[in-house]
Amino acid sequence: MQTLWGLGFLNAIRQHTALKTSRVLQQRAFRINVAQFQQSFDSSIEKPQFPGASAEFIDHLEFIQPNVISGIPLSKDTVLNFYQKMTLLNTMDRILYESQRQGRISFYMTNYGEEGTHIGSAAALNSNDLLFGQYREAGVLLYRGFPLDLFMAQCYGNADDLGKGRQMPVHYGCKDLNFVTISSPLATQIPQAARGPGYGMMSIRVDGNDVFAVYNATKEARRRAVAENQPIGHHSTSDDSSAYRSVDEVNYWDKQDHPISRLRHYMTARGWWGEDEERTWRKQSRKLVMEAFEKAERRLKPNLEFIFTDVYDDLTPDLIKQREAMRRHVQQYKEHYPIDLYEK
Amino acid sequence: MASQSGPRCRPISSASQVTSHLIFLVSVFYNGGGGAISAKECGFQSVCPTTKMNLFQSITSALDITLASDPTAVIFGEDVAFGGVFRCTVGLRDKFGKDRVFNTPLCEQGIVGFGIGVAAAGATAIAEIQFADYIFPAFDQIVNEAAKYRYRSGNHYDCGKLTIRAPWGCVGHGSLYHSQSPEAFFAHCPGLKVVVPRGPVQAKGLLLSCIADENPCIFFEPKVLYRAAVDQVPTDAYQLPLSQADVVQEGSDLTMVAWGTQVHVIREVANMAQDKLGVSCEVIDLQTILPWDKETVCKSVVKTGRLLISHEAPVTGGFAGEIATTVQEECFLNLEVPITRVCGYDTPFPHIFEPFYIPDKWKCFEAVKGMINY
Repeated sequence: MQTLWGLGFLNAIRQHTALKTSRVLQQRAFRINVAQFQQSFDSSIEKPQFPGASAEFIDHLEFIQPNVISGIPLSKDTVLNFYQKMTLLNTMDRILYESQRQGRISFYMTNYGEEGTHIGSAAALNSNDLLFGQYREAGVLLYRGFPLDLFMAQCYGNADDLGKGRQMPVHYGCKDLNFVTISSPLATQIPQAARGPGYGMMSIRVDGNDVFAVYNATKEARRRAVAENQPIGHHSTSDDSSAYRSVDEVNYWDKQDHPISRLRHYMTARGWWGEDEERTWRKQSRKLVMEAFEKAERRLKPNLEFIFTDVYDDLTPDLIKQREAMRRHVQQYKEHYPIDLYEK
Repeated sequence: MASQSGPRCRPISSASQVTSHLIFLVSVFYNGGGGAISAKECGFQSVCPTTKMNLFQSITSALDITLASDPTAVIFGEDVAFGGVFRCTVGLRDKFGKDRVFNTPLCEQGIVGFGIGVAAAGATAIAEIQFADYIFPAFDQIVNEAAKYRYRSGNHYDCGKLTIRAPWGCVGHGSLYHSQSPEAFFAHCPGLKVVVPRGPVQAKGLLLSCIADENPCIFFEPKVLYRAAVDQVPTDAYQLPLSQADVVQEGSDLTMVAWGTQVHVIREVANMAQDKLGVSCEVIDLQTILPWDKETVCKSVVKTGRLLISHEAPVTGGFAGEIATTVQEECFLNLEVPITRVCGYDTPFPHIFEPFYIPDKWKCFEAVKGMINY
């Protein structure tokens, strides 16, 4: 049986969580093995030293038994896969963001800074877990194997788009991968978890720039959800929008505490990844994205009949009449409609 | 009904006066219609100082005036503190302080519920819903609370000082959730007023009327016109009457009724009909959807004998149906041809198909042809 999940629709919420905090220790949740490779923090200071920080360090994770966390139980291949998916997502973001700026697609939303939360949480779930993502969660779908061609097809709304060109860019969905199609309304979902304590849900605050922390937290949350029928709200410390944060703050996260660079430090320290691998992979991933991008741009848009299908399971008599009226009209005034861009 | 005008700017109400006092000639570029449309002319005395404004600036101007003149007025919504996604509240927090212009959580039900409380307590509440598509979480608050407050309390309490603003209508690439025109949902709810302006002059005057009106008002702003529509707008405060349609262009053969963005489409169609068919169309901007101006519409149909109504929202259950029913009740013997609706199809608003979905000028023009050759 499938397990239902609502993932990460809390990126905008950076308030207190239900966790009781302590000022004694400043070890971050789930960072036990990674911490030594990271920028060090002054342990005499009681609060995290980064811009925008309102949280306090916590010394323990209340709902997890001590024996559950025992380092990072992930193989080299798994970690390399994390890294490649995170960087591929980032490359796709850069190219599609740029294409939106050039007017080639109508809209885009990057996942910058959230690569760790996407990949970490996706990896911790079973592949047949049914996922309800929000509109900034492409990495989860990428991790599950959604091909670049289909990402691009959706953003271009072309004839290969599984959503038949109906939704704005980044509204992906894939039944085969158990990822329910994204919808724009986000605020309708937030109260379901933003008020975790209010609804009697347990909550956890996770370092979203630490892919392993997200992985562990999600894995344990999933375990609890399945074993104890207990929902858990999932918070991220990452978000992206200069309208909501100062440029300095965004730059800090980008340069000093980025989930991709942190994971790369980890891999480098283990001798799993070097400059050559990095260069080769960057080049290769960019090529993959560009090929998919160009292919999607050339492709025709979906057939006009898809305006009318899927409103109901079957076309109603009214919709059939409206479809026929539109066909006649467009035929009569064809010089005024871009019909050549659409599949016949 | 609120009818007081600003200190020096007095709107002129009848169409003939508008024409004779035409002092502003402005151009409105409506992208969705595929060309430049020369548009309105506001009817104000020339003593009235004006400023060139686009639609979002005229909204800002109305809000600015309200905050300055009404110490109880507060503005709130998602992101309004730093200007809102369409820049309608730019600068207002800095000018009037964060106690009067402030952000809310992403919770439309909460935004409207809070506004009702503010208004019921006697202050002026101006709530922004970021897109009309996202107003539905607040539907219960609007329909079951705001609209019924006065009635259920025997007129001891009301929330007439509540105004809800929301960007509305198609924008070229908005897709399912940034394109909707939900006015008909609210038109089915006694106790509300629902208003849609077609340009900056109307936006400022009608918004100030909504804010002053003693009933809860929903003010839908055509988002494609925020930047595209530019008028010389009276700088000072003025009000345009609610529940009064505006005869934008007089004609003798056929009446066309629309509101918001679609007014610009039918104006262009009126010109096409004149040029290509020799048909004289009367163009009416309904302006207030609820309670609507039956008199102006029926008077026009008695004269022309033909009525075309056009809106972007799906045709079934759209407000065109209500207008058509009333007109056939009131003007049955005057009608030469069946009342015709040119509206959105009965589907959600599809992204990549928008050029085919909207009731554009060619669909309206074809309908005019069909009505003349009936």
